[in-house]
Amino acid sequence: MQAEDLTEVIRQHPFLADLSKVHMEVLVGCASNVHFAEGSYAIREGEIANKFYLIRTGLVALESVVNARRRIRIQTVGPGEVLGWSWLLRPYRWHFNGLAVAEVRAIALDGECLRNKCENDHDFGYEMLSRFSRVIERRLEATRMQLLDLYTTTPKVKK
Amino acid sequence: MTHDALHPAVELADPLLVHPVTIKKMTWETDDTFTLDINLGEVAQDYTFRPGQFNMLYVFGLGEAAISISSDAAEPGTIAHTIHRVGTVTTGLAQVKRGEMIGLRGPYGSSWPIDAARGKDVCIVAGGIGLAPLRPVVYALFRERKAYERIILLYGARSPMDLLFRVELEEWSKEHNVEVLVTVDRGDSSWKGHIGVVTTLFSYLKIDARATVAYVCGPETMMKYTIDELERRGLHEDQVYLSMERNMKCAVGFCGHCQYGPEFICKDGPVFKLPRIRPLLEKKEL
Repeated sequence: MQAEDLTEVIRQHPFLADLSKVHMEVLVGCASNVHFAEGSYAIREGEIANKFYLIRTGLVALESVVNARRRIRIQTVGPGEVLGWSWLLRPYRWHFNGLAVAEVRAIALDGECLRNKCENDHDFGYEMLSRFSRVIERRLEATRMQLLDLYTTTPKVKK
Repeated sequence: MTHDALHPAVELADPLLVHPVTIKKMTWETDDTFTLDINLGEVAQDYTFRPGQFNMLYVFGLGEAAISISSDAAEPGTIAHTIHRVGTVTTGLAQVKRGEMIGLRGPYGSSWPIDAARGKDVCIVAGGIGLAPLRPVVYALFRERKAYERIILLYGARSPMDLLFRVELEEWSKEHNVEVLVTVDRGDSSWKGHIGVVTTLFSYLKIDARATVAYVCGPETMMKYTIDELERRGLHEDQVYLSMERNMKCAVGFCGHCQYGPEFICKDGPVFKLPRIRPLLEKKEL
């Protein structure tokens, strides 16, 4: 895909829709189109986190590995959302598995490439961190609500 | 009480009179939630309700419980209640058999102001058993489908096993200009849908804030987060309606069991326009 086409695809994604033209030019050099078949892993817990993904279609389930036989699905990330922020922070390793539960089309952004660009252009770095902070804040809020286990009720009588 | 869109003038002959009705059918929706179809018998002719209202169901010898009506308000003769088995009376209701008699009085309370959504988009947000009092809204919207624009239903439950009305959710999602998004807080490997709280579903939507009316029902914390999401998307508080739940006894505002600040949930609610109830939602003491 040509850089102009990729720019257009990225611009349609809510996470970067209003990114300035200058910053878009900085970013697009680190971007590529990717595809994950249903049942394949986009990311794996413990492996090096050198990318993040702008999900275009499909659904990724984030799993936490409890032991060799047990994985807990914590949340799903779908169209218009961002998968992964471990590329931002040392030690740059994934904390979850990301399983494609439906065929996924996404834009991958190279984390190392972006980190270098953030270091070299602090305005761009601030823009990226601001956007990821919003994503992280929303995920924390959702996790807090999930932990409250709102729909459970303790029966007042024995079944 | 003043009469408005939520409280149309309706006179109950004797609001405390219990009518004998019979169980027509019982359907288990989940492990602990069931729907009772009730044959209204001799009161059928005079009985009408509006979406969002509730009845007091009486299990003889055990007591009464306030239960929302979950059936179509336009279907005469039979009404349905979807009930979470959690206390003595609801456990008693879970044990009644087809043809057996229970007591019913009602309907009580305010209703969803469906006319407020005419010509507009409707965003229904339900959590857990909160889908039950909203189901009559969906029926009413479909009954006059052309009077409303886009219908969005966001529904969250604890797990896939706790989802109510699965067949209907599937059917509704196939309708034109209807979006049904379902999520669960906990999903296993067999679940291919969304996992996360119901508010995360807003990420997948673009809402026309100026032309949308929202109806919300679920646990209070879920409703507070939902209000935040709706307002982030530009909805004004006048466009949002909530259904509240409290322990109701008399259902007519006499006993005070369901008092919530200056409001009686049974009589002034359960459906409220957000500005009226918001100051109370923000009070931790209530």
